[in-house]
Amino acid sequence: MTRYIIKRILLLAPVLLGISMFVFLVLHLITTDPAALMQGQHATTAQIEALRRELGLNDPLYLQFGRFLWQLMHGDLGHSLMTKVPVTTEMLARFPATIELTFAALLIATVVGITVGVITAVKQYSMFDYLSMAGALAGVSMPIFWLGLMLIILFSGYLGWLPAAGRIDIGLEPARVTGLYLVDSLITGNWPAFISSLKHIILPAAALASYSMAIIARTTRSIMLEMVRQDYVRTARAKGLQESVVIYRHALRNAMIPVVTVIGLQMGSLLGGAVLTETVFSWPGIGGLLVNAILAADYPLVQGCVLLTATFFVLVKLLVDLLYAFLDPRILYS
Amino acid sequence: MSATVNTEAAVEQEKNSPFGEVWQRFKKNRIAMASLILLVTLTLLAILAPLVTSYDPYVGQLPQALKGPSASHIMGTDELGRDIYTRIIYGARISLWVGLLAVAVALAAGTILGSLAAYYGRWADNLIMRFMDIMLAIPSLLLVIAFMMVLGKGIENAIIAIGIVSVPEYVRIVRSSVLAVKENDYVQAARAIGNRDLAIIARHILPNITTPVIVKATLGISTAILDTAALGFLGLGVQPPYAEWGTMLGVGRNCLAPHIVFFPGLAITVTVLAFNLLGDGLRDALDPRLKC
Repeated sequence: MTRYIIKRILLLAPVLLGISMFVFLVLHLITTDPAALMQGQHATTAQIEALRRELGLNDPLYLQFGRFLWQLMHGDLGHSLMTKVPVTTEMLARFPATIELTFAALLIATVVGITVGVITAVKQYSMFDYLSMAGALAGVSMPIFWLGLMLIILFSGYLGWLPAAGRIDIGLEPARVTGLYLVDSLITGNWPAFISSLKHIILPAAALASYSMAIIARTTRSIMLEMVRQDYVRTARAKGLQESVVIYRHALRNAMIPVVTVIGLQMGSLLGGAVLTETVFSWPGIGGLLVNAILAADYPLVQGCVLLTATFFVLVKLLVDLLYAFLDPRILYS
Repeated sequence: MSATVNTEAAVEQEKNSPFGEVWQRFKKNRIAMASLILLVTLTLLAILAPLVTSYDPYVGQLPQALKGPSASHIMGTDELGRDIYTRIIYGARISLWVGLLAVAVALAAGTILGSLAAYYGRWADNLIMRFMDIMLAIPSLLLVIAFMMVLGKGIENAIIAIGIVSVPEYVRIVRSSVLAVKENDYVQAARAIGNRDLAIIARHILPNITTPVIVKATLGISTAILDTAALGFLGLGVQPPYAEWGTMLGVGRNCLAPHIVFFPGLAITVTVLAFNLLGDGLRDALDPRLKC
């Protein structure tokens, strides 16, 4: 087990190297001259040339990549072209907001998805089953930015229950510990901040969760349907266990392994979807930063945002794989 | 009398041909049929757009701006007084077109790479699949956005970006299908009589993996339509004044008029839903064993 964990962590290195190389190449091989982009339309050839030399863009590509990797290992991702601030500073200021949003969405998607999946499997062909599966179908077909806008129109516009934008009411920000407002306000016992940030996160997290919730509900349902037909479940019933014990302790526990895989993979669509959700709800996370960076052709910032998000996704997937080992001791790791 | 015999024979023949058999099964699936009819209708509306509506999708009447649904404008008008129903029908041209072409790009590249990886194995397999793993490690929407920055805005680039980013999924499905097929006796036989590798792949292997690929491609169209809309919404895809559903949503969301946002989103949802249901129906009809 320990050997497996060490091996998996060591295997991260080539994956991360591959990702950095891919992102670097995509942004450097195909892109039009970054120096020309940076200088704008009215720059002279001499100005562009000077900037090219300054940025080292005239060096051979392998040299540029080497330099990029060297700086990356020292935590230096270059400076934003828009603000001249180091890319890492920009990203670290905004990354907690994205993490908070995606994890809130993951939590909603997991809890609701598994609950609905179990109920629909137990009560197959019931009204609840049909309605939930219709809802799940809508969930995978609906653009999340549209759902977000509709939620804003309904809950902020007509009903006025929840705020439409931002992370927290201005002035209520809790003291920074982790950068996650919900966690920070809990740690410091700052209730007004907690309530305010909770109110702000409900709509964006719900919109972001919709797609993953649907996928998790569908997966849980189909696996649970398989599980409740297994011999050991019949045995559990036959020896007189309560139905709830049979479902939760016997069937669901064994269904969790494939469900956990699906949940881990959802992190990818959540991180991608965060770009859209953050735009809709003016959520000050990394997605909004990325969109602005692209519109301004700020390629060091784009590079940084994509790298950071991909790295985070890879780490989450590793975590899920390790979680497996605990959930299912039968799996042999060679 | 003889006429009845002939029709019966025709029905019998239809049932026996592989396509007829699939069609017989598909016809029985009412939801899939409804989706097919809806998509055909939408395609016809898009092609015949100038005949279906009398309004211009690009020129509006400013005094009519931001009016809710009414008898003359069944979905209301947008911020420039353009008829939203008209723009949605013209928008269907873009969404369907981008969806189909992006899948075509991904399918072509995915089939080539996937069959090479599976057929030759060893280092070819390793090289191709490790590269696909790297692409899969980056959340797909982020990758699409990064490609859009490199390629620049616009419809053609959206097609390329969305197509490239979905290549790994097709590579995987083609690879696993080819791996399953290539050990069959008829492939060995084709090799034994001296066919070249390319001929074996094209004539003996690929025709036998069409089922999973067709299903995947149908479902892929819905993903491509969603991605196109997302790009348009972010202002990175199809640019105004083109009537693209996502772009309409992105521009319209600042207007605080619910109907401007509601109808384009509904169009996306219904179209994507129809492709999803069509894909499920095709899977059941093409391969009854896969039905769960």
